Amino acid sequence: MQEILGVPAPLLFGQLLIGLINGSFYALLSLGLAVIFGVLNVINFAHGALYMMGAFVAWLLLHHLGIGYWPSLIVAPLIVGVFGIVIERTMLSRLYDLDHLYGLLLTFGLALIIEGTFINFYGVSGQPYAPPEILTGGHNLGFMFLPTYRAWVIVASLLVCLGTWLLVERTRLGAYLRAAVENRELVRAFGINVPLMMTLTYGFAVALAAFAGVLAAPVYTVSPIMGQHLIIVVFAIVVIGGLGSILGSILTGLGIGVVEGLTKTFYPEASSTVVFVIMAIVLILRPNGLFGRPRE
Amino acid sequence: MKSVALASTALAALAAMVGAAQAEMSDNVVKIGVLNDRSGLYADLSGEGSVVAARMAVEDFGGKVGDANIEVVSADHQNKPDVGSSIAREWIDQDGVDVIVDVPTSSVALAVQQVTSEKDTAFLDSGAGSTALTNDQCAPTFVHWTYDTYAMSVGTGKAVVEQGGKSWFFLTADYAFGHQLEKDTSAVVKENGGEVLGSVNHPLSTSDFSSFLLQAQASGADVIGLANAGGDTTNAIKQANSFGIVQGGQKLAALLGFITDVDALGLDVAKGLTLTTGFYWDRTDETRKFADRFAEKMNGQKPTMVQAGVYSAVTHYLKAVDEIDDDGGEAVVTQMKKMPINDFFAENGKIREDGRMVHDMYLVEVKGPDESKGKWDYYNIVKTIPGDEAFQPLDKGSCKLVSN
Repeated sequence: MQEILGVPAPLLFGQLLIGLINGSFYALLSLGLAVIFGVLNVINFAHGALYMMGAFVAWLLLHHLGIGYWPSLIVAPLIVGVFGIVIERTMLSRLYDLDHLYGLLLTFGLALIIEGTFINFYGVSGQPYAPPEILTGGHNLGFMFLPTYRAWVIVASLLVCLGTWLLVERTRLGAYLRAAVENRELVRAFGINVPLMMTLTYGFAVALAAFAGVLAAPVYTVSPIMGQHLIIVVFAIVVIGGLGSILGSILTGLGIGVVEGLTKTFYPEASSTVVFVIMAIVLILRPNGLFGRPRE
Repeated sequence: MKSVALASTALAALAAMVGAAQAEMSDNVVKIGVLNDRSGLYADLSGEGSVVAARMAVEDFGGKVGDANIEVVSADHQNKPDVGSSIAREWIDQDGVDVIVDVPTSSVALAVQQVTSEKDTAFLDSGAGSTALTNDQCAPTFVHWTYDTYAMSVGTGKAVVEQGGKSWFFLTADYAFGHQLEKDTSAVVKENGGEVLGSVNHPLSTSDFSSFLLQAQASGADVIGLANAGGDTTNAIKQANSFGIVQGGQKLAALLGFITDVDALGLDVAKGLTLTTGFYWDRTDETRKFADRFAEKMNGQKPTMVQAGVYSAVTHYLKAVDEIDDDGGEAVVTQMKKMPINDFFAENGKIREDGRMVHDMYLVEVKGPDESKGKWDYYNIVKTIPGDEAFQPLDKGSCKLVSN
């Protein structure tokens, strides 16, 4: 068997593919974070908790109302998105003129409250959630066994990432958004309802997190702590990609997934820290991140 | 007048002396501190349930030992050794806590062990698994109640090798407990004629196991041994299923699995898993009775072995305190070692010199969904492993308290 750096080639290819799958999760989550930071100037620490909520709402829908995976993929993000809108209207919108720190502290507190509430009702062990029948099983690629569901995860996340990118970069609405990032007052002077735009942006980004949660539900156990560790990694990805850069967060998300996968092969103990090492190096060499522009 | 004052002073002094000679009980309160994970990956298998179990034990004991009231306090150690040891220190120094119970997560238990032995406070561990607690780190104030990595490896490891699982690859949680479990199981596997092909260490609380599972798959081992616990085990099993590892002919061995893990996985995924446990609620009338009372207070959740162990440990502790009228750590633990344990948890259990509570363990197999009659009806007991076989023999250990 051919070996690359002491690791059999098929195993290495398998790890690269796994890395891409995880990376597409990261991309989806960091995309939401980046959009929120870009438009609202808020570091949304509740993102992990909202991702968890997405998975939980899907589970609750199935458990109590018998609503399955496919409708949940749309309904759960909608429900959590509305929850996000409520948060934005009642709390976040009051903090826009203050320092970043206030938004960060508020969302961090919210994350603790949301997680605590779910732990109180459902415990931490988690709840089982089976993938839909059509996505069970898998394919033997020769170098690895690819579960069908994981393949679907890559496709779904990349489609949503691409859609979001097109929305922000190629549509009139996106142009307003980008303009509002540059100069909120000027855009408002043109008669555009900026506060409404910001509310909807937050709701949309939260729905993205929830969508990732529903995608994750059949892969991991649906547990109130599933977002806890993820948020730190995703936050690091957004920093590496350049705060607020949408393309940066998507590409970095995929890249970090691959790097993590490789670390798990060559030096597994470091797999949970490698992303922070990269973040440190990137911040030293390019303080605005790989794709970021200097902010005033 | 003067003589009255003199007489009353003398009387008071006498009373104080008598008091001192009569009761060694500190501050006339026996305070039980339940220290465990309240919010992380081990919160369901110990957490609030252990606190409820400790309270039930106090209630059943009547709420008092002699004249002293019994109180239960609890805290979250967040699975961090520094947090755990500083809570233990504060509890003992400032709050007058007399005994610390539960403490899952071996790294935290080892840190707490240092504090309690230094401060002559009893420490009854139900949640942690590392055998280091009764070997190199053993202390006269310590009792290891429910299970340990040796018992797990003897139970599950031996059973799996006997069923034909000769070659092993380990997925190991990268901390004290995981390493100890891997080490103990490797020894059992080799003793029984098997071989260990390799292992991979994963960080504690990993959500994605696919990379590690791929390595385990590539090793070609008959058995993938999961030397981890709680959410790590459930995530690994669930993902192993989706990667077709079991369908591909490799067997998974969960070296430490709790009933809450099985519940989280669902029987579709968990069926056929072999586990070793110190307690199963549906074993005797007494265990069922306890489990029903517990479930009433816990939203219907049946007790794990850790939670049942906490009840048993606290009850035995209170009996010992009552016997000697003293709550000093070494004194109580010495007394506990003299008394046999007979309750729903342990029949003819005994505490050895090294602090190991020896009782029967059970090898169980998880039922399939058709076989289960409902929620929490999860295990078939395959075999009872007698205590003396389940736990490390005293002469094989390295505890300094054991006279040779």
